[in-house]
Amino acid sequence: MSVHVRIPTPLRRFTGGQEEVGASGATVGGIVDDLERQFPGMKERLCDADGNVRRFVNIYLNGDDIRFLSNLETGVKDGDELSIVPAIAGG
Amino acid sequence: MARALSAGAVARPSRLELPNRAHSVLDLIGHTPLVDITAAGVGLSPRVRLYAKLEGFNPGGSVKDRPALWMIRHGLASGALGPGKEILDSTSGNTGIALALIGAVLGYPVTLVLPDNVSRERKKIINAFGAKMIFSSGLEGSDGAIRLCRRIMEEHPERYFKPDQYFNPVNPLAHYESTGPEIWEATQGAVTHFVAGIGTGGTVMGTGRYLKERNPAIQVIAAEPDDALHGLEGLKHMASSIVPGVYHEEELDRKVPVATEAAYEFVYRLGSRHGLVVGQSSGAALCAALEVARELDEGVVVIIFPDFGDRYLSTNLWYGWSEWLQKQHGA
Repeated sequence: MSVHVRIPTPLRRFTGGQEEVGASGATVGGIVDDLERQFPGMKERLCDADGNVRRFVNIYLNGDDIRFLSNLETGVKDGDELSIVPAIAGG
Repeated sequence: MARALSAGAVARPSRLELPNRAHSVLDLIGHTPLVDITAAGVGLSPRVRLYAKLEGFNPGGSVKDRPALWMIRHGLASGALGPGKEILDSTSGNTGIALALIGAVLGYPVTLVLPDNVSRERKKIINAFGAKMIFSSGLEGSDGAIRLCRRIMEEHPERYFKPDQYFNPVNPLAHYESTGPEIWEATQGAVTHFVAGIGTGGTVMGTGRYLKERNPAIQVIAAEPDDALHGLEGLKHMASSIVPGVYHEEELDRKVPVATEAAYEFVYRLGSRHGLVVGQSSGAALCAALEVARELDEGVVVIIFPDFGDRYLSTNLWYGWSEWLQKQHGA
């Protein structure tokens, strides 16, 4: 499955400034692994040492928080949109 | 006689004068308490004290009431803000709440530009003050809100007064004139270290300047997220952000990077062991302060706790809480 992944500003240094990238996989976890293959260093930012999504990182599949779906096991379809949204910085 | 007095009272009702009455909610901004939180430190010298300044006691619920009030007053005094104008600014939340509160009291319409993933509580509080909100993409963070706000201002410069918290020197001035003197007085000049997180940089810059003027030996320390991608809502990772004009890193004695997870754990500890449910930026400030305090033989460390935690109850901060608690009980 090929999905569109929307990248937040703090992670664009890994994607050469691209705001949206393509990635393949059967699940959200597979997509994260593919992102790591394409952009080394990305997974460590998104997941902790145990492989779980860091608690301050929100990943939305077509607008739905994967925490309320099946987390990294959530299945994806061709053309889905995955958004990685960080917490909000200062001021 | 009694009748005359009564008649007189009807003709000219005497005003009820209460000794502790505030004339306006704006008079309640500042003068926040310091609380001893030395017990939150482990492995400290017995001659080190830690004090938290609880900015959540401001009427808008955060430290941002101070710069917001100062910037609005300055705008009124300079004529930049006057009848017919609206207040416009970009914010990650707390400054927005403060501006919305002040605008409500003074009768000025307020429009705020916020990232769309700002916490639900913040949106509801701003709504309650009657301010209008425009949302920028959450993917762009607070810098996206800054850019969108600039565009709105450029389209209608005559319509708005923009306090411009990131670049307005009156932001740190608020802390130079209020937060700094309050800390100096409350510690009777004994403060040796001052620790605050960096959002706009206004708190650490203005307070630090005042304290160093009183005693140049006082160390001014900033807590900063350790990575561009972090969960410390309200704090900025300077190397990857639009650097605010009010921020002058060279004036700091030290910057301490803080990991999001470590800051969250301090928030949990403060709530469950010390009776203080605070926001994540307070956890980050305490984390940085302890790193500094552990190196000291003697000292009085004052830490800014920017707000309480009730406006973050729906955020990621509390996702890992039950696991943390279980781990503590298991340990």
